[in-house]
Amino acid sequence: MIDRSEIENNVTPEQLAKRTLIPQEKKMKKRRSLVKGIIYALLILTAIICFIPFLMMLVNATRSNDAILTGFTLIPGTALMENYRTMMEYVNIWNGFKNSLIISVLVTLLTGYFSALTAYGFAFYTFKGKNFLFVFMLVMMMVPGQLGLIGFYELCKNLGILDTFIPLIVPAVASPFVVFFLRQYIQTTLHPSLIEAARIDGASELRIFHTVAIPIMMPAVATMSIFTFIGSWNNYIMPLVILFSPEKYTLPVLMGFLKGSQVAQNLGSMYLGIAISVVPIMIAFLFLSKYIVNSISAGAVKE
Amino acid sequence: MKNLNRYGYAFIAPFWIIFLIFNIYPVALTFYYSFTNYSGSGTAEVVGFANYQRLIADSYFVEAFFNTWKIWGVNFALQIVIALILAMIFSDARVKMKGLSFFRSIFYLPNLITVSSVALLFGILLDWQHGSLNMVLMNIGIISEPINWLNQPTTAQLSVSLILTWMWFGHSFIVVMAGVSGISTDFYEAALIDGANRWQTFTKITLPLLKPILLYIMITSLIGGLQLFDLPMLLTDGIGSPDGSLNTMVLYLYNQAFKYNNYGYAAAVAYGLFIITVIFSAIVFKSMYGNERKQARRV
Repeated sequence: MIDRSEIENNVTPEQLAKRTLIPQEKKMKKRRSLVKGIIYALLILTAIICFIPFLMMLVNATRSNDAILTGFTLIPGTALMENYRTMMEYVNIWNGFKNSLIISVLVTLLTGYFSALTAYGFAFYTFKGKNFLFVFMLVMMMVPGQLGLIGFYELCKNLGILDTFIPLIVPAVASPFVVFFLRQYIQTTLHPSLIEAARIDGASELRIFHTVAIPIMMPAVATMSIFTFIGSWNNYIMPLVILFSPEKYTLPVLMGFLKGSQVAQNLGSMYLGIAISVVPIMIAFLFLSKYIVNSISAGAVKE
Repeated sequence: MKNLNRYGYAFIAPFWIIFLIFNIYPVALTFYYSFTNYSGSGTAEVVGFANYQRLIADSYFVEAFFNTWKIWGVNFALQIVIALILAMIFSDARVKMKGLSFFRSIFYLPNLITVSSVALLFGILLDWQHGSLNMVLMNIGIISEPINWLNQPTTAQLSVSLILTWMWFGHSFIVVMAGVSGISTDFYEAALIDGANRWQTFTKITLPLLKPILLYIMITSLIGGLQLFDLPMLLTDGIGSPDGSLNTMVLYLYNQAFKYNNYGYAAAVAYGLFIITVIFSAIVFKSMYGNERKQARRV
């Protein structure tokens, strides 16, 4: 009896539609599958439009400058190695890759660790001025990065850290949004009694953080780390302002440098340079796409 | 307990030390510079509100303001319409489309790519004589003459808008889908029983219930859009050509500070941009939630 009423309640719209299907509507059903086909075709077309710039990039990266100038085809050329040599003569793209990787990895580690530390401090201790500091942090979260750009540049000049990686890495210790996200997360996932238990066992506060809080926070830290990494990897204006020496350029700045260099004369090499900066991200996305998509959904709904 | 409170300060101390030095101090310093004629070297002389007076009367800044809005507006309208149509297709219980995760990934892909790479890529794809886009369009027969995309104000702005749409509609789609899947199916069942058609279901149920999500997309997109920099910087010559049509507010800020060494004035541009962002975020927020309060009162 109970089972039956439950089934009744769980009727999905399609089932409902099926149940009310009368013979005359069979024609409509046929029409529906036609419409469905058209929609699929349009979706595939949209997907192709999404992907075609990348495809053009990949194909053109293998073609010689002369071939690109005369016309476009989707058949790959044979000038890949030649393009590569031309590009490397003027711009060492792997160096930019290395710089970007060093900065992004360190930024991600610093942001993850110190944001967790701060979030834990905000969530599990009561101290004077806590609420004020938290609200102040939230307000500062709304301030766009460009607001302090000029002051930031001056500060770095006075500290003598222009043209180093320090201004691009160290500020990652303070990431208000990540702190906010992690505090919300740990407040719902870590029960204070667990901390009390650890205290009774004689663990120090920092040890409790490392052995109890961090493992529990890990999924949220991982989610945030993806976006921290991407944000740092793609950051353009900061390294553009801070770095002067081409050998220190990050990949995005190097892209701008590529455009102004001799390489721009050879379109094949240009395409290849862009492709090298793009393909690793595409490969990473292949493995992480589901995770990234879920993270975006979760982030939006929670707010 | 007293003992433990001290630990609280210790835990948040590293954050606040770095935050004060690298975030709050630069913001305050920029504020100070906005009242000076600092030029990057020498001493800064306080000039009062002169920079702000100049800002309001500066036709280049006003132009940058409207350019930014035009480019963002076209992109946002397109991106949100596409995202809503896609969400409508994939959430329709009667049609039951498959392949959601596949299409979602493909649509989202352009968003992950470094903007400077995107700018460079489109810079050569859209090239007037040798760009692949013109070649393809001419091959298919859509156009007979190559279009000089990046050298005419209207097409240049349109190009940036479309590139932004290309980059962002997948992201909006994911967020809208997340919102749609949060809507209880009870509403849709009730609508089905009442004989509502797709359009009615969409406008009377989906849209109103998506309001908070749409607000979230709009405000985050607006804040990002007002900071538009990488694309216009790298797509043409870095100062907003053709005819200043790609001159955006942050590009203007950057050029004033680091190209022309007008640090004081650039600081005022930064604060002008900040004030504009706050005002428009507030307007968006008010217009979406103010209505609701009025309606609630009427009921």
